[in-house]
Amino acid sequence: MANGNDKVLLKGNEAFAEAAIRGGLRFYFGYPITPQSEIPEFMSRELPKRGGVFLQAESELGAINMAYGAGAAGGAVFISSSSPGIALMQEGMSFLCSAEVPLVALNVSRGGPGIGGIQPGQADYFQVTRGGGNGDYKIPVFAPASIQEAIDLIYESAELAAYWRNPIMIFVDGIIGQMMEPVTLPEQRPFTETSKIRDAKPWAITGYGDDDTKKNVVKSLRMQPDDLERHVEYLFEKYRRAEKELCRVETQDIEDADIVLVAFGTVARIAREAIEILATRGIKAGLVRPISLWPFPYDVFDKIGSRTKAVISAELSMGQMIEDVRIGVGKRLPVRLINRTGGMIPTSLDLADSAEKIYKEVN
Amino acid sequence: MSTPVFTYTKGMIRTETNFCPGCTHGIAHRLITETLVEMGEIGNAIGVAPIGCSVQAHKFMNVDMCEAAHGRAPAVASGIRRVHPDKIVYTYQGDGDLASIGTAEIVHAAARGEKFSTFFINNCIYGMTGGQMAPTTLIGQRSTTSQDGRTKAQAGNPIRVSELISTLDGAVYVERVALDTPAHIRAAKKAVRRAFEIQKAGLGFTFVEFLSTCPTNWGVTPPDAMKWLAENMIPYYPLGVKREPEEVQA
Repeated sequence: MANGNDKVLLKGNEAFAEAAIRGGLRFYFGYPITPQSEIPEFMSRELPKRGGVFLQAESELGAINMAYGAGAAGGAVFISSSSPGIALMQEGMSFLCSAEVPLVALNVSRGGPGIGGIQPGQADYFQVTRGGGNGDYKIPVFAPASIQEAIDLIYESAELAAYWRNPIMIFVDGIIGQMMEPVTLPEQRPFTETSKIRDAKPWAITGYGDDDTKKNVVKSLRMQPDDLERHVEYLFEKYRRAEKELCRVETQDIEDADIVLVAFGTVARIAREAIEILATRGIKAGLVRPISLWPFPYDVFDKIGSRTKAVISAELSMGQMIEDVRIGVGKRLPVRLINRTGGMIPTSLDLADSAEKIYKEVN
Repeated sequence: MSTPVFTYTKGMIRTETNFCPGCTHGIAHRLITETLVEMGEIGNAIGVAPIGCSVQAHKFMNVDMCEAAHGRAPAVASGIRRVHPDKIVYTYQGDGDLASIGTAEIVHAAARGEKFSTFFINNCIYGMTGGQMAPTTLIGQRSTTSQDGRTKAQAGNPIRVSELISTLDGAVYVERVALDTPAHIRAAKKAVRRAFEIQKAGLGFTFVEFLSTCPTNWGVTPPDAMKWLAENMIPYYPLGVKREPEEVQA
């Protein structure tokens, strides 16, 4: 496959897998689930011949725990799944966060609840931003709106996960996984050699060699409540720093808009077209596109100017991100929802019509 | 010059365990770590101990270790093995963990022929959570969730895990041992050594089941627990090699 600045046409799921390999994520554990099964297929074909390891797990529970083991042993690990599979992985996510094991995880999400359907959805917003597993923990979540942005974020997350010693989640809806776009691929980062893991990750369980004072333990059980509280406080010091350093957002014309749309992933792309349609109707609409869903860019809403009459959260769910939008906006402006769910997707015209209706109501 | 008649193995950390009196976890811990020391592999070993009384193993075994979620140790060990193909990897799991919540993970690790060893502590009961019925609890045995004794009608028959695992081709060595008498403990240590040697030879998955005691939750004294094991467990869970590779058959 092309290197450097060559443009190639790639399907989302295959591009994500390629980006993970090029990011140096040498170990992949997966289980088939639509709409991301191209990823384990690609990994089974590509990783072994490039010096990596592919293993098909018996379940998503198996996959996340293989990832935990490989990560605890110092390996650089990538996993992927889709909504109900991510739900099964939440037990492991909680363990990884407490034990500070790095991981890059990808959710190519679909509609729910239950087994739901296989068409695209964003109703995993709560699942990925509010935990899903037990206890106090946080996972940084990035929501790219294009295949290129997903490639770049997966590539970067390989380093972020190792730096923060925490899972990093990439959250795309099934459209981005299934569509094709021209992309530029990054250079291959070298895989860490097994013999150098202990130097790079002195906390990893690798066998301590001759010096048993270097014995390592990767764990999350803390039976003494004061010990557990201290540990969680320590984790949250890290998360408070991550809130400052990992918060990312893109905005368009929010300082002097009549209305401001808030949308991530595919819906942000539909919103950009809707904004052009609204302009032809004499309504100036701005856009807030959160790239990080946790940490959520609450402060960006302070930049909305006095001309704005309403903020609209546009989502492929019954309204989940809207709760964060409300926190960001406060009581300053009405916050409204435009949504489809179950795998249904609004057209740009649908979105423009609904936004125009809301604008007329509030104006 | 005096000759020591007993030395503490370097495989165990010099601390008091918090296992109950008469519990055989301490014996199993020592057999495993002492064998690793004798093989010169203690610094090359990585252990996994999941939820249950087993989870404390990292405090006592002088080995790089990680905890695992309930039942998931074989998946965790499969991940570790992929990163460190040249190390000795093992899981240390109780019966609630391995034979109930973790059946998928142990069966598939065995089926894949994962090159790690599993040490299975079967004491017919949940220990850490306080004596509930396990998949290995015997018919008629009382537990806090089978207070009049387990019945086949209500809970089915107990699972013979070694026999189950030995049906899988990836499991190249499967043996059931007991920790109730000095002779059985010596045999158990040989089984541990064989498991590690076969793992080192890269032949496949190795599995040793230890028939163990839990006097606290059985409601008996430590000496009676040893008798209870011999009289009730061994007849239902017969000792011996269930499967071994041709390469190591004597």
